[in-house]
Amino acid sequence: MTAQNDQPFRVKGRGALSRAGTIEFTFDGKTYQGLEGDTLASALLANGVHLMGRSFKYHRPRGVLAAGVEEPNALVGISRDKARHTPNVRASVQELYDGLAATSQNRFPSLNFDIGSVNSLMSPFFPAGFYYKTFKWPAKAWDKLYEPFIRRAAGLGDAPTESDPDRYANRYAHCDVLIIGGGAAGLLAAREAAKKKQSVILCDENPQMGGYLLSDSDVEIEGLSGPAWAASVVAELKKLDNVRLLTRTTGFGYFQQNMVGLVESVTDHLSTPPADLPRERMWQVRAKKVVIAQGAIERHMVFPGNDRPGIVLAGAAQTWLNRYGVTVGDRAGVFTACDTAYAAAFDLYEAGTEIAAIIDTRSQVGDDLLAQAKELGIEVFTGAAVAATTGNLRVNGMTVKTATGEEKQFDIDSLIMSAGWTPSLHLYSQSRGKPVWDEASQRFLPGHSPQNCVTIGACNGAQDLATVFAEAAKAVGAKPTKITVKDDVSLAGGVIGTTGPAADKGKAFVDFQNDVTAKDIKLAVREGMHSIEHVKRYTTNGMATDQGKLSNMHGLAIAANMLDKPIPQVGLTTFRAPYTPTTFGSFVAHTRGSLFDPSRHTPIHDWAAENGAAFEPVSLWKRAWYFPQAGEDMHEAVDRECRTVRTTAGVFDASTLGKIEVVGPDAAAFMNIMYTNGWDKLKPGRAKYGIMLREDGFIYDDGVVGKLSDNRFHVTTTTGGAPRVLNHMEDYLQTEFPDMRVWLTSTTEQWATIAVQGPKAREIIKPLVSGADISNEKFPHMSVVECKVCGVPARLFRISFTGELGFEINVPADYGRAVWETVWERAEPLGACAYGTEAMHVMRAEKGYIIVGQDTDGTVTPHDAGLTWAVAKSKPDFVGKRGLQRPDLMADGRRQLVGLKTTDPKTVLEEGAQIVDDPEQPIPMKMLGFVTSSYWSGTLGQSIAMALIEGGADRMGEKLYVPMPDGAIEVEVTGTVFYDPKGEKLHG
Amino acid sequence: MRNYNVFSLARETLRGHKGWEKQWRSPEPKKQYDVIIVGAGGHGLGTAYYLAKEHGITNIAVLEKGWLGGGNTGRNTTIIRSNYLYDESAGLYNHAVKLWETLSQELNYNVMFSQRGVMMLAHNVHDVQSAQRHIHANRLNGVDNEWLTPQQAKEYCPPLNISKTSRYPVMGAALQRRGGVARHDAVAWGYARQASAMGVDIIQNCEVTGINRSPSGEVTGVETTRGTIGAKKVGVVAAGHTSVLMEMAGVRMPLESYPLQALVSEPVKPVFPCVVMSNAVHAYISQSDKGELVIGAGTDSYLSYSQTGSMHILQHTLDAIIELYPMFNRMKMLRTWGGIVDVTPDRSPILSKTPVKGLYVNCGWGTGGFKATPGSAHVFAHTIARDEPHKINAGFTLDRFRSGRLIDEAAAAAVAH
Amino acid sequence: MLLIHCPYCQEDRPELEFANAGEAHIVRPKNMDEMSDEDFEAMFFIRDNPKGVNLERWRHAFGCGRFFNAIRNTVSDKFLKVYKAGEPRPSDEEIAELLK
Repeated sequence: MTAQNDQPFRVKGRGALSRAGTIEFTFDGKTYQGLEGDTLASALLANGVHLMGRSFKYHRPRGVLAAGVEEPNALVGISRDKARHTPNVRASVQELYDGLAATSQNRFPSLNFDIGSVNSLMSPFFPAGFYYKTFKWPAKAWDKLYEPFIRRAAGLGDAPTESDPDRYANRYAHCDVLIIGGGAAGLLAAREAAKKKQSVILCDENPQMGGYLLSDSDVEIEGLSGPAWAASVVAELKKLDNVRLLTRTTGFGYFQQNMVGLVESVTDHLSTPPADLPRERMWQVRAKKVVIAQGAIERHMVFPGNDRPGIVLAGAAQTWLNRYGVTVGDRAGVFTACDTAYAAAFDLYEAGTEIAAIIDTRSQVGDDLLAQAKELGIEVFTGAAVAATTGNLRVNGMTVKTATGEEKQFDIDSLIMSAGWTPSLHLYSQSRGKPVWDEASQRFLPGHSPQNCVTIGACNGAQDLATVFAEAAKAVGAKPTKITVKDDVSLAGGVIGTTGPAADKGKAFVDFQNDVTAKDIKLAVREGMHSIEHVKRYTTNGMATDQGKLSNMHGLAIAANMLDKPIPQVGLTTFRAPYTPTTFGSFVAHTRGSLFDPSRHTPIHDWAAENGAAFEPVSLWKRAWYFPQAGEDMHEAVDRECRTVRTTAGVFDASTLGKIEVVGPDAAAFMNIMYTNGWDKLKPGRAKYGIMLREDGFIYDDGVVGKLSDNRFHVTTTTGGAPRVLNHMEDYLQTEFPDMRVWLTSTTEQWATIAVQGPKAREIIKPLVSGADISNEKFPHMSVVECKVCGVPARLFRISFTGELGFEINVPADYGRAVWETVWERAEPLGACAYGTEAMHVMRAEKGYIIVGQDTDGTVTPHDAGLTWAVAKSKPDFVGKRGLQRPDLMADGRRQLVGLKTTDPKTVLEEGAQIVDDPEQPIPMKMLGFVTSSYWSGTLGQSIAMALIEGGADRMGEKLYVPMPDGAIEVEVTGTVFYDPKGEKLHG
Repeated sequence: MRNYNVFSLARETLRGHKGWEKQWRSPEPKKQYDVIIVGAGGHGLGTAYYLAKEHGITNIAVLEKGWLGGGNTGRNTTIIRSNYLYDESAGLYNHAVKLWETLSQELNYNVMFSQRGVMMLAHNVHDVQSAQRHIHANRLNGVDNEWLTPQQAKEYCPPLNISKTSRYPVMGAALQRRGGVARHDAVAWGYARQASAMGVDIIQNCEVTGINRSPSGEVTGVETTRGTIGAKKVGVVAAGHTSVLMEMAGVRMPLESYPLQALVSEPVKPVFPCVVMSNAVHAYISQSDKGELVIGAGTDSYLSYSQTGSMHILQHTLDAIIELYPMFNRMKMLRTWGGIVDVTPDRSPILSKTPVKGLYVNCGWGTGGFKATPGSAHVFAHTIARDEPHKINAGFTLDRFRSGRLIDEAAAAAVAH
Repeated sequence: MLLIHCPYCQEDRPELEFANAGEAHIVRPKNMDEMSDEDFEAMFFIRDNPKGVNLERWRHAFGCGRFFNAIRNTVSDKFLKVYKAGEPRPSDEEIAELLK
């Protein structure tokens, strides 16, 4: 494919781009040529292409309007490959690269012929808010007919369909001064701050610093042209260590305490992005001072037919001409309410574009401008307005209403317009500063920000370079220096709202992308939408992807005019982050996949993985769930593991259990406060099951606690509960009982914990233990001893969560795997197995041991859980004691934990299934409780379950029902201990 | 009041839409009303509507310090569902869903209730147990909610990543098909229009600065920035600011106010057909009628009335979204915003009489008040009109914290083991 | 993201290192058995939740681990003062002074 023509609208001798850098790109499959340094929009314009998109609601043909981020029309999709498709890219800021492939959006079948544009013909039926008034009848039709229809029409571009393969980076930075915006104001502020040896970060969203200096052909600063001066300051700053310059970097959000989010586009302008570069880089900058130098955004004129392709902002036309050497057409009209458009017109004239006429709504225009126009032979109509335009896919004529009411027709192929400049208050407003209305200049300006920030330059309302430079120096505490400036054109003047009554006759667009016209705004006001927020939401004005950068002030003025109220009384919609649309990926950066959250692995994890374990996620941990052997499913594996433990023995990795070392002379007193149990009488070398409550009396955590000496406890917690239990303890220790001499240390990851359970448990570990007698007599159930296991210092517990003879070996984590393997070497030949959490769950349920968080849910008291025995009645105080005495916690009929046996022993209940006494009752049914745990017990040859049931303790033997979709299951209420109720095995 | 329908739209089209009436009046406040509602959000305006329509009380003022619908009504992610665990909650939210289903017709205003289904993901065994418990309880309460396998979940929501190798693999989902989304502004506007037509005065830009009580303690009216306004009954429906208002009547509340942020992406063509929530990774998402992905974040950890939050909250939310939908990584965030949610200790609302005679309070919806709007308004109107709760809100009293009879949806869902 | 000064570490650290721990200066009585249900409710559930000056607790959870108190404006989110746990509640006059 080769380009057909040679950029007919490229102007020789204008702009900073070189013909040597000619590159090719495609738009909707057609190949064009552009120059290196072009934007996609400037390159298309060079080829005479204005039509770049279709609007949202009416599918009207639209051309590019602006040369910056405020562009509402020219949104395209850009794809490097299938996975790297980006929708809604503004052609006005997308830098051209060789091979760039762009497609237009929101049109079918093509941009030139779009069936959706029938909406435009139907538009009289679709005023603002029409959908609130209809599509309600018949009721069913909304879901089935209307809504699917509306939704199909929704959206602009297509979302990507594949996972994004690109990388994004995230950095933090600190500085004395962060300057946002590298135009004249920002550059000078940076130069002055740098001179004062402050650390400076200067960022600008464009590829080059300089802002509007790069577009203005007439400015002279310190004897240099605007672009040359900007380049010289940049060169100077680049040499300095205390200055960081970030181009293609947008300050998108201003957060608390001077934290500003910047996002840097790193590779979107490159033809072949190097593999070692991220696509974008997010900067989170904490600045001592923030200098906002965002500039101003030019407004369009609101008049009938203001949206035809070829109608552009005057400043944009000037930018395309003076930076990119591209003219917008051969014969341009000019419609303005301020001086800057004259400069653009004169530049275009100079470049060979015929100027049909300058139409100025003002009756008074500066003599020098009029003289200059006259000199060039350009006709100026003051006090006049453009009343209509013609042309379908491109503007081809304008009708002008002169001051005397006469109508004049002009043939044109482009129209440049300016309604004046809106200071950008986005970041100032995000800093929580309130915009202040300036009646004289009819603009909102920054006031005082509660944060340490200063707004300077055009976004502060400065209208000439001398003021800009004075503000810049002052902002960074520098003395004002004399800078010689030649700057003819002021940003002053302009109009907000519609131009003249003609706006009522046709479609005068306020918000281009969302197709909001002046009439829509007026309709909203007529219907009682008197707050600007209501107007915005009712009409969707300002809610498009440019977020009202062009439309907000116009909409506000039209509404205020209708209401006959001063503008500030109608209000200004809030500026919200982000300033411009910001890629999700830049927020997410590397926090994807396995880095989404850390995974915690025990020292024995790899052994389990090597031995075929399936894992389950439990809080941040991955726990071995079961160890399937060849051909086994989960159910078979769990059955085998349970059977093996009960008949022989099993080895279990319990390392994830939370562990806290409670140490100090007042350790027992502290334990008395934190747990319901009494700890005074517990002897060193003994262990106890403890329950921790919240102050409100509900179970918070549980675990076995070993007393190692009078001032040292080895506390265990649930796996998921460890951090909050430690926090809970620290809270009481530090703030309620600061005088207690107690120290708390998390030891979860210091100990590897290996449980050996089953009739042969002692036989397995006995030869490995030294320094302790672990006979039943000397080391009974619920004992703890410090000894050596496999020669490694260990804390050995005689403890069981299976109901079998059991030990838990705690060894320093570094020895965990070695000790595990040594234990395994003894265990395996004896017929023992490794078992996982599922078998552990089954066996503990067979014994009626609860799991906090499964058999309790934050509304369960110890009494409810059948653990009254673990609450010390005689203690004067413990956390939760008073909460337990509240009326509803002592009331009858609370849900209590019981066992359930199904009448058909083969039926396994579903966990979470609800329990009723009459399954035939109508819905809604009275539910007595629910199944908390339910398993097939291979050992008992029947299903077992635990449940929380109203008044459960008094229902032993009662028949109840579990209604399921396919019929009710009959159950009998039992105790919770199904296996070895006398505990003979435990003590064996 | 003129009816909205396709004929009136056609007629107005011919007249250039010049004949549409104001949707609500903007009257000056009167000196005295029968009932004052503080807060013109969906719940407050709805309360006024049902008071007028079902209880014959039309001498009502709804006072709003800003613009109607400008609080959490216009700042939420519009998710509607009723698959709550406890009988009280299921009763309240299901009452709301039933009203949602006919609300557009009831109000003659299209609130665009779209029953596209709400899917709640399970990422671990505990999530699965919790989801099953909800599904079983919902079924017996007459609330639809069904279990989907990961594959079924993917069929219902094609962008969902169900890879077994993700950090938190999807182990299944609970789907409430009757759940969905609605157009939040339309709810406020629709209630406002009908209430206004029945004589309710909606007074915007009118901030309540005091609650007046007689020497014997009962409510006599309010002080406002637009003068004293009398009423024997005052209902406070001011999400976020409840503590501040109730303090004016000397009532201290079991509430804390937190910032809650949300965001939308740029609009794209339809790609996300339902609502998906994940409590484990903290993200919820749907796609609006305009094509924006609407994404809800979690609350910040500290009290704030600033309607803004921290950036890391947004980051964590997007982390979770991309973990579940990796293809959205190149999508762009268009707009963020914040609301203020007041949160109760048991995460259930308060719809209740108060210790002060004539003072009623509707608050504590946390992050989920929008879904309840019509149901809440309906039973709160009953509570004010009859001076006793409707049976549906009988459990949502202010004094439940004293007795300990909580409706603890959070406790029932949370707590890992 | 807030920037929080830890009174123990004497450093400004990002909010991510801290955990908010709710309202400050709520006294847990020595003899809770004598508390009425109303008093228990007031201690455990009722909160000032002020719009404006809030006295609150933070823990430097991923730092020194210590709990401390802060005075912060809940409208601007600005910290006015931080002080160690156990130090007395600043008087209303002191707080008024901080607001100036």
